[in-house]
Amino acid sequence: MQPRVLILRAPGTNCDRETAFAFETAGARAATVHLNRLLEKPSLAADYQILCIPGGFSYGDDICAGRIFGNQMRHHLRDTLHQFKNAGKLILGICNGFQILIKSGVLLPDRADEPIATLTLNDSGKFEDRWVHLRVASPKCVFLAGIERMYLPVAHAEGKFVARDTTTLAKLDQEGQLVLRYAVGEVQSSTFKVQSSDPTLNLEPGTWNSVPYPACPNGAQLAVAGLCDETGRVFGLMPHPERHIDPTQHPHWTREQPTRGDGVALFENAVRFFA
Amino acid sequence: MTLWEVDIHPVEGQPDLLGRSVAAEAADLGLDNFVVQAARGFLVQGEISSSQIHRLSRELLADLIVECPVVGQVGERLLAESALANASLIHVLPKPGVTDPVAASTRAAIRDFEIPAEAVVTLRKYWVSGLSAEQINLLATKLLANDSIEQVVIGPLTMERIHLGSPYEFELSTVPIRNLSGDELLALSKARTLSLTLPELETIQRHFRELVREPTDIELETIAQTWSEHCSHKTLTGRVTYTDENGTRHFGNLLKETIFAATQKIRQDLGSDDWCVSVFRDNAGVVRFDDTHHVAFKVETHNRPSAIEPYGGANTGVGGVIRDTLGTGLGAKPICNTDVFCFAPPDTPASELPPGVLHPRRVMRGVVSGVRDYGNRMGIPTVNGAIYFDPRYVGNPLVFCGDVGLIPHDKAFKETKPGDLIVAIGGRTGRDGIHGATFSSAELTHESEKVSGGAVQIGNAIAEKMVLDVLLAARDEGLYTAVTDCGAGGFSSAVGEMGAEIGAEVWLERAPLKYEGLSYTEIWISEAQGRMVVSVPEAKWPRLEALCRGENVEAVVIGRFVPTGKLLLQYHGTTVGQLDMHFLHEGRPKVQRQATYKPSTENPKSEIRNPKLDPSAVLLGILGSLNVASKEWVIRQYDHEVQGGSVIKPLVGVANDGPSDAAVLRPVLSSRRGLAIACGMNPRYGDWDTYHMAACAIDEAVRNCVAVGADPARIAILDNFCWGYTDRPETLGALVRAALACYDLAVALGTPFISGKDSLNNEFSYVADGERRTIQIPHTLLISALGQVPDVGRCVTMDFKSAGNLIYQVGWTKNELSGSHLELVGCLSGSEMHRDAARGGEKVHGATLMHPTSVPQVDAAVAKRTFTALHTAMSAGLVRACHDPSEGGLAVAVAEMAFAGGWGAKIRLADTPRDGSVDPREADLDTVLLFAESASRFVVEVMPANRSAFEHLLQTHEVPHAHVGEVAVHGRVQFVASAGGLLIDLPIEQLKEAWQKPLRW
Repeated sequence: MQPRVLILRAPGTNCDRETAFAFETAGARAATVHLNRLLEKPSLAADYQILCIPGGFSYGDDICAGRIFGNQMRHHLRDTLHQFKNAGKLILGICNGFQILIKSGVLLPDRADEPIATLTLNDSGKFEDRWVHLRVASPKCVFLAGIERMYLPVAHAEGKFVARDTTTLAKLDQEGQLVLRYAVGEVQSSTFKVQSSDPTLNLEPGTWNSVPYPACPNGAQLAVAGLCDETGRVFGLMPHPERHIDPTQHPHWTREQPTRGDGVALFENAVRFFA
Repeated sequence: MTLWEVDIHPVEGQPDLLGRSVAAEAADLGLDNFVVQAARGFLVQGEISSSQIHRLSRELLADLIVECPVVGQVGERLLAESALANASLIHVLPKPGVTDPVAASTRAAIRDFEIPAEAVVTLRKYWVSGLSAEQINLLATKLLANDSIEQVVIGPLTMERIHLGSPYEFELSTVPIRNLSGDELLALSKARTLSLTLPELETIQRHFRELVREPTDIELETIAQTWSEHCSHKTLTGRVTYTDENGTRHFGNLLKETIFAATQKIRQDLGSDDWCVSVFRDNAGVVRFDDTHHVAFKVETHNRPSAIEPYGGANTGVGGVIRDTLGTGLGAKPICNTDVFCFAPPDTPASELPPGVLHPRRVMRGVVSGVRDYGNRMGIPTVNGAIYFDPRYVGNPLVFCGDVGLIPHDKAFKETKPGDLIVAIGGRTGRDGIHGATFSSAELTHESEKVSGGAVQIGNAIAEKMVLDVLLAARDEGLYTAVTDCGAGGFSSAVGEMGAEIGAEVWLERAPLKYEGLSYTEIWISEAQGRMVVSVPEAKWPRLEALCRGENVEAVVIGRFVPTGKLLLQYHGTTVGQLDMHFLHEGRPKVQRQATYKPSTENPKSEIRNPKLDPSAVLLGILGSLNVASKEWVIRQYDHEVQGGSVIKPLVGVANDGPSDAAVLRPVLSSRRGLAIACGMNPRYGDWDTYHMAACAIDEAVRNCVAVGADPARIAILDNFCWGYTDRPETLGALVRAALACYDLAVALGTPFISGKDSLNNEFSYVADGERRTIQIPHTLLISALGQVPDVGRCVTMDFKSAGNLIYQVGWTKNELSGSHLELVGCLSGSEMHRDAARGGEKVHGATLMHPTSVPQVDAAVAKRTFTALHTAMSAGLVRACHDPSEGGLAVAVAEMAFAGGWGAKIRLADTPRDGSVDPREADLDTVLLFAESASRFVVEVMPANRSAFEHLLQTHEVPHAHVGEVAVHGRVQFVASAGGLLIDLPIEQLKEAWQKPLRW
């Protein structure tokens, strides 16, 4: 089956077109839908197999990134998204989409006044666009099946992952939900192994991240770049896989002549899930 | 009704980033040794209970993982408490009426909780300990708040209500002018910030004498705005009598006879191959891109507002130029931005600043943040730029904002039809930016910071993005016949322009307002951001209205285009203004100016003092000079990859940190065709001869495009003149001379100008020691280039790729060191006057040259052959890396290619191609070969296997070139002296560090 992707946009969404293009390159059919249409008629979602919230600055990142969109989902789309998830479908949030998935409680079900984790202002205090090396730290996530490493750009001001407390962080790690991590340099596939627990967890608070800036661009705990829910079918990540589809998007393409972008596999995994 | 305050503090263990940045930046004011804590806050007014506000504080306003809210009614003691001992509390709030986008979003988000918030205001709070009252005042007014948009409250807040504006009481205001004397007219113009000249005022006076009535205030404002330098470019389109060493020339319309004329000539020569589509007529220039799309390009200046409020000024500069592109034809989709700035050196001591100017470091931080926040939020990649430093920009920093848009072939033209409705789409109208158009045409003084606050607008990127989204959808559905942006002059300018050939009536009370209290005139001339005006056939209006409503964008009919030839302005049925469109657009008396020019090259070629020079120190000094030094701190803050079409990024090479010559992107993701964006500017050459400055800027912009793979036969360029006070004949003469070069070079290279914008009277006056002093900016011409790349797979970057490859210099080095960066870093006496600009780099002592030298000059015929040949070589895959030597010449170019690629290089100066001006017997021969900034040159890396093919190709095109060295595995940059022996031998790490250090903030 060729899956249908609902690319959900709101005021300030700005990566919708290239995200649709990435999904279509991978073989899906993508439709970009304004949030207002979904709020008017939540049953629209039933027509799609994949829901993707793309990057951008929904509502200007006003108050904090993803907050206003996230609250709209809490207030009006809770049941719709619950059904979507329970139907065995996929949800992906990229960058601002990740921030929204966290703030809405879709990724880590929580109460609005007792959040489990957040993405907050980078330690550098500013927006930065740079390429980062990533390693896949657990086999749990559908979108990352068979992927060991990726080289992708980040472009955000609020991407620092922080969990409520050490216990929460350890639990998420043990469950294998902290699937994507920033890494130093290129991770060789020969040295790659799936890790369910990270030794850096034993470090003191504040030094939870053993990956230094700028390899970890924001100071995230355990260098978390992306995480999935307990099913592995809901996934959010700060880096932009849709910005590495064509080989000429690679910053070194004039040096190394890569043949395809690292981000393609992630979208293909989503499509293949419905094959 | 309760006025609540919710303060948001970092939780224990989380950094206080806001406080930290204040502490860091306060050093610029000479304040240190104090402690500061900061919080963000919200004032929320409405029938809201304590439990409701507490819920909002936890579920909306604070991110509880990292922040904790403190809630109270305004004035409650807990809101002022701090862990800091003996702390003073400083509040910073927007002034009433100033746009506050976060507050607007917050209010809407509170509505989503079904809680009735009547008004919201955002604020920042600082607790400061260890400063005197005087120092606190300094900190608050110079760093924490900007007086033009914000107010400071020291101590607890005591307000009881949020000011929501007062009702407006209509009263028609007329301005008696028919019996005024010349002096009285001028006084009136000044008092009302009309910026009109005496001949213009007299023309208006005559017009109303003929009408046998006095003008209303709105009529006077409309005329002033339409006739402003900002909107009508009256100086450059005026009559000029120009005299230089070649005699006297008369221009009936300077722009038309130089820059436009070049484009006309090129288009005629191209005949049926003409690829220009719409030039110098719309909001942006338009050229053909592929079989389905054209591209539009516009670069604007936003200098005055950025001088007063750098963040807001730059922010709205970007917003404005995006709307220019969006308002071109029936609307182009913005695909990338380019931003160029000119500042005084950021390390200028505060004590050396003239009164009334902001510190250049603060200007730079503010401008960069403003550009960043607007471009990033709009989802438009900022792919290209430059920053130029010179002490003379201290009172007039320059901010150039450019935007490229993609437009389908059938949407490139617009035509308003009689009977169409005038529809305003987007943001509401407030008092923002009243008099922006007339203010930006006036000279800045040290009082400007105080008196011109109204001229500063605040942008709302998301509101503009929402307009962009619906407008492009409406375009594709064919819902309107024409569109333009509400830029300088607001509705007045937009409606006046669209209805110029028809006539219009406007019902001013229909415009949606941000708050009560605006007069009919304020509605008409407000420059509130994020608004577009479209002309809509009545039958299409319901669909357009529904489309806008569906995305929460306000669209309102404010009038109709009617075939009367008149502009009729009404407020609740009363006529408040009625102007003849012909008088408005054609009635302005032509400006008549004198211009003279005497080039410095007639006499002072740079002189030479000391034959001792350390070339290694010079190279490190130039790499570390501010104009050359890495701008990575700036570039990384811009999203340069959104929209997914990035091909050549602004930073390239093995560590993603080398300086690219130009950016390349694929605007259509399914296609291999690309666009290259680059710029050229060199105000230093203008101190010698503005003709050669302009020629070199064009050559540089074009060669930057060619260096990454653009086809030289398809490059379009834009001009932005930023100049001093052009009433002075010699200042205008310098501009005319540059315009003459623009004609000559554009025609010779076949590179048409397609759009442009000027900003004149960039001078700063102040009083010191009882004397009036004036700082004139350097003559500044920015050339922006838009190139096309047939297949992005053939693009080339500037980083060396592989040891063993051959290095070529293409193009001649000439004895051209005047205006060079060698001169700037202190080696030639000609640099005395602007030596300060070298701050940031290591000062190099000891001058070098033994004989005269001149400013770089372009041989256009050679340039054209060189560009063509190099492009042919790139298309054939013969080029591995390519970089253009500009500031710092061959030495800097090779060093940059080496450290970007992570390889060393060995260059034999004896082999470099040079023309007859370089005397092989002179002792300073190698200095010229290393550091001359001669135009039209490239450094090229070629694989040994392609050697003969590459050389043969260049020979066929009669292009000067020579194999001068090799990429080396040893990681050192070495230059072998003409007489033998290593002249420079430096590791690439040291070169890179020198280049990165100065602006690594």
